[in-house]
Amino acid sequence: MPAHADVSTHAISRARWHWSEFAFWILALFCAFLFPSRYLIMTDIVRLALFALSLDLILGYAGIVSLGHAAFFGVGAYSAGLLALHGIVTEPVVALIVAGLVATAVGFLTSFLVIRGVDLTRLMVTLGIALLLEALAERFSNITGGIDGLQGIEMQPILGLFAFDMFGKVGFFYCLAVLFGLFLLARRIVHSPFGLSLRAIRNNPLRAAAIGIPVNKRLIAIYTLAAFYAGIAGALFTQTTALASLDVFSFERSADLMLVLVIGGTGYLYGGLIGAVVFRMLQEFFSNLTPQYWQFWIGLVLVVIVLVGRQRLHRWALWAPNLIIRQLGGRKTIVAVPESDAP
Amino acid sequence: MTTLFTILFDGVAYGMLLFVLACGLAVTLGLMNFVNLAHGAFAMTGGYVCAVLVNQSGWPFFAALPLAFVASALIGVVLERSLYRHLYHRSHLDQVLFSVGLVFMSVAAVDYIMGSSRIFIKLPAALEGQIDFFGVGIGRYRLMIIVICGLLTAALQLVLARTRFGSRLRAAVDDPRAASGLGINVPQVFAFTFAFGCGLAGLGGALSAEILGLDPYFPLKFMIYFLIVVTVGGSSSITGPFLASLLLGIGDVAGKYYVPKMGPFVIYTIMIVILIWRPNGLFGRTAAR
Repeated sequence: MPAHADVSTHAISRARWHWSEFAFWILALFCAFLFPSRYLIMTDIVRLALFALSLDLILGYAGIVSLGHAAFFGVGAYSAGLLALHGIVTEPVVALIVAGLVATAVGFLTSFLVIRGVDLTRLMVTLGIALLLEALAERFSNITGGIDGLQGIEMQPILGLFAFDMFGKVGFFYCLAVLFGLFLLARRIVHSPFGLSLRAIRNNPLRAAAIGIPVNKRLIAIYTLAAFYAGIAGALFTQTTALASLDVFSFERSADLMLVLVIGGTGYLYGGLIGAVVFRMLQEFFSNLTPQYWQFWIGLVLVVIVLVGRQRLHRWALWAPNLIIRQLGGRKTIVAVPESDAP
Repeated sequence: MTTLFTILFDGVAYGMLLFVLACGLAVTLGLMNFVNLAHGAFAMTGGYVCAVLVNQSGWPFFAALPLAFVASALIGVVLERSLYRHLYHRSHLDQVLFSVGLVFMSVAAVDYIMGSSRIFIKLPAALEGQIDFFGVGIGRYRLMIIVICGLLTAALQLVLARTRFGSRLRAAVDDPRAASGLGINVPQVFAFTFAFGCGLAGLGGALSAEILGLDPYFPLKFMIYFLIVVTVGGSSSITGPFLASLLLGIGDVAGKYYVPKMGPFVIYTIMIVILIWRPNGLFGRTAAR
């Protein structure tokens, strides 16, 4: 079976760690030592990156467009906050996993609503679920603290060893470790046969079903997994900032998340991570420019990206890195290409 | 019993308002299959134009209303010709991103120009207060809304069903290629329809300042309501969105009156249930391909 062998060689070669990936993570670790005064914003970037990674799993790999991904972020955030506030689970890592599992449960239950229908219905249903949860959180203000949010959360030391400090150093390394761990898991999943079948579904659900892929089951599985990731991101948010308020569910959060992923590119996992860095820097830049009205520029960036075309933009952005890769490795090297462009 | 009538009346007024606000979206989203989340921004523009004319330039309210329509329609046609038309054939994701970008820009721009607080439009004295109608208190302003919106709806229905333009539009939507083969200028028809829908939204925005409240976050706050009207109403005719808006209006007013603590919870739940039950809307054929 030459064709089969060819496909598997291709899949295996894509799954192999590329040296640029090592460089990426080493660079991420170095940032911690390069900018010791910037822990808070770097923590923010890492959280956002994890959140974007979660959306990439369903948008980039399964093709589900979600306008309400903040729903799971919010569930994770409130779960972690409530666990810490009432002293149910005090150890942060265990609480993180519990909060992630709560979000997973919500994700699993809502996935049945999402897999039905086409793009437009999915948009509406995901948006509706996020709004619904926001309304619920507002309604049960005796539990969630309403508009004021959860206050007075005190975090215990991680694993009983590392206490959160006010400069956010511990928080940053904690988030980075979680991100790296979950990234490894996501990387393993998307390069597995399961991940390949997801891509087949994204490209053509009908054909995927015809070659025997259980489309709905796979979509439910990946949606649930993405909910877990988003829940963890939300829980990290609560644990490192010690607050959770209604805006964790807000539409702006879901919309910003899409922008993050669009900047970075979908379908190759690093898109969310790179996008988070660029997005946060843009946001910093714009808020320095016009403190109150940075949203205008964010909107402008979105409009321009769409008008220029996402794929064209990524080809431009990757032109220089690809040139270097080719120079170093000869013509046959695998160049960095967003999944949407790959053959 | 009288409260029931008052709720019904307020709900109908609210629903009619929603219909005028959203029926432009029913065409772009329902018929042209373009996900335009920025529709509320056009409504907000109309509202602010009316507010500036009435409050600052001293125009009479009824003279400012047509201007609100014209201003929104003009902005609509400019944006359609320059930006929107490039995106008709792009993926839904692109359309969502683009229109969300527009929403963010409009919110920040209005915040910058007009300030972030809620704006009230000075109403003429004839529109204030209530009329007593067989013991049921009827707000004059709401009565006016029902009259204006009712006339508009009837006119729209007539234009779509009876005029040459209406049949051109329906042809262009059903099969753009065949329509242009028959000599219909499809882009022109779309541009005109888009502008008209934006104009209606602007008019709705001006009318709704009193009831829904007008501030820079208007497009975000009411986006979901417009989308509900269109997706629940379906797109086969103008009647679907009309009935959906009435249902939504009455449901929302009644929900706020009888179960105030549940807030918008009821509406969202109903929307999700309906979309799961009938993904193409309650009334009519599929909107999305």
